[in-house]
Amino acid sequence: MTSSIFPPALVLIAGAVAVPFFRGMVRRAYLLLVPVLAFAALLSIPGGTYVTASLLGHALTLRIDGLSLVFGYVFIIITFIGLIYAFHVKGSEEQVAALVYAGAALGAVFAGDLITLFIFWELMTLTAAYIIWSQRTKASRGAGLRYIMVHIFGGMSLLAGIILRVCATGSTEFGYIGLDGLDSYLILLGFIINAAVPPLHAWLTDAYPEASVTGVVFLSAFTTKTAVYVLARAFPGTELLVAAGVIMTVYPIFYVVLENDLRRVLSYSLINQVGFMLTGIGLGTVLAMNGATAHVFCHILYKALLFMAVGAVLYRTGTCKATELGGLYKTMPVTMVFCIIGIASIAAFPLFSGFVSKSMVLTAAGNEHLAVVWFLLLLASAGVFPHAEIKIPYFIFFARDSGKRPEEAPPNMLVAMGMAAFLCVFIGIYPAALYSIMPYPVDYVPYTADHVISQLALLCFASLAFVVLVRSGYYPPVQRSVNLDTDWLYRKGLPAGISFVGAPLARLNERAGKALFEFLPDFLVWFGKNPPAALKIVTGTLFLKFSGPEKRARVAERVENEKALYPGDRLLPWSIGAAVSFVLVILLVYLVANYRSGL
Amino acid sequence: MKKELDFFEKPKNKKALWIIYIAILVLLLTIDLFIPQHAHFYWDGIPVFYALFGFAGCVLLAVIAKNLRPFLKREENYYD
Repeated sequence: MTSSIFPPALVLIAGAVAVPFFRGMVRRAYLLLVPVLAFAALLSIPGGTYVTASLLGHALTLRIDGLSLVFGYVFIIITFIGLIYAFHVKGSEEQVAALVYAGAALGAVFAGDLITLFIFWELMTLTAAYIIWSQRTKASRGAGLRYIMVHIFGGMSLLAGIILRVCATGSTEFGYIGLDGLDSYLILLGFIINAAVPPLHAWLTDAYPEASVTGVVFLSAFTTKTAVYVLARAFPGTELLVAAGVIMTVYPIFYVVLENDLRRVLSYSLINQVGFMLTGIGLGTVLAMNGATAHVFCHILYKALLFMAVGAVLYRTGTCKATELGGLYKTMPVTMVFCIIGIASIAAFPLFSGFVSKSMVLTAAGNEHLAVVWFLLLLASAGVFPHAEIKIPYFIFFARDSGKRPEEAPPNMLVAMGMAAFLCVFIGIYPAALYSIMPYPVDYVPYTADHVISQLALLCFASLAFVVLVRSGYYPPVQRSVNLDTDWLYRKGLPAGISFVGAPLARLNERAGKALFEFLPDFLVWFGKNPPAALKIVTGTLFLKFSGPEKRARVAERVENEKALYPGDRLLPWSIGAAVSFVLVILLVYLVANYRSGL
Repeated sequence: MKKELDFFEKPKNKKALWIIYIAILVLLLTIDLFIPQHAHFYWDGIPVFYALFGFAGCVLLAVIAKNLRPFLKREENYYD
């Protein structure tokens, strides 16, 4: 294949470089031009695998096929929307980081070989951390640092797996891997850390709520979904992923019930959503793989929409905590409408995008007659709706009147939210458009009478349960709090563990140091003043310890006398010449020993 | 300052919304009884299975979460 193509990833990354040179409206126009150019570059490349460069004798390749194209399309769409949402941001650092981050994500999904994949994978980690830091708070500094540590650990695991694999197979090609041997487990570990599979998920719920209002739109789209892509590419039909996916759907629900920070609620619900995708990949049937891919497309749009809506509230009021909000529908009605469209989409209401994608995974589990998987996925669908999805608009826009009367969101934010909301509704009403770009032919009809009715019944009666629980006062009230999760292990557990092990070791170190560097030299100096007399005192002291009571007084007196006289007259048992000869012998031995060891 | 909306403050509107909500619930239950389900297992073919499951599942998860709170909850500045 020829290399006369321009990779879309490089359009975004090269485009990012020029951003700081523009100001105001010119910069805005330029920012929108970059993703459009990337899209054009993507469309200009026919499907296939191309060699783009070579590194250390390995070809770096770019692969365009059905699976990677879906991810490419939605990544570029959300980059465009996210940049509009960030129009009001004055500095250029964040936009540069966002464009490079988006470019790295595109590079990863179009990577045809493991080396290209690894390069873009690590570039994503660095740029994502930069986006988290752009919030410029103490909390975001810490969260960004922890983000980097966790992802570098994942990246090292991936690198180790890649090296083992390339050595074993001699090929750097990135295709189906499957669970077989240490290399595949290491690669899988690297992937599922980015997919945020519990207990390796805490980086996400730790960092995303601390990122900037505009940055989190990009964060929520790329890292986890790139992980979903590589899992779909390398581990389809791996049963372990079914288990991981089901855990991901259920585990976050307990946290969304208790959590006060609504961006953290969204982060937990993001994990729940990615769980459906991983389950689909683990099932590995055509319907399940299409379902997982379709769900990625829909999910990126409505999750970004929700982060944008809650972000607009945070931008206007300075908080996104349920305890401090309420009654905002009075002055932010447009944001409220967009938020509810996002909620309807994520909850999979008929006529909204989630409905046409989430149900594919559930049906696929049903078709395989996996009763427990199906049951838990349905439980998670029923549970996440009231606890995460009703909760967000309810506590922001309704509930009690917080007295806050913020302005409506800025126009650029409304435009960005409007575009995402339009796509959510469009896909919900006209799913054929989405199904037509799926990697495999879609043979699935979402709008059947029984499916619509059963889904509506599930959601409406789950909402009834929420209403009953809230009105009866049983529902756990929102409280200002931190809820412990697995990040406790490295934020509290590890430092405590280190001091638990470290404190006794530090004491030992101190004592050993004292013995070696204070007591021993002092003794040698004292001993050297008159060795024969010193020897007498030492043996006398030892003798005193073991002698009987009748002798003790006499010996004690003698030792006391010797101590009083010490060092006394030196006996000098050796002449100076003999001593010097002795030292020479020691030096000679020393020389020979070092000479031999130097060989 | 532009005018504020107060649609949800008016008792009349609140009442209307409640009536619509309850009507939808009743309607869904009624239709569910007459629509044949393409069931994957024997239980999801039972009429009103999804309504019951939605309600019970939501309550179950809330009860578990509420009982987990004493173990998970810490002060807001716990990590500072």
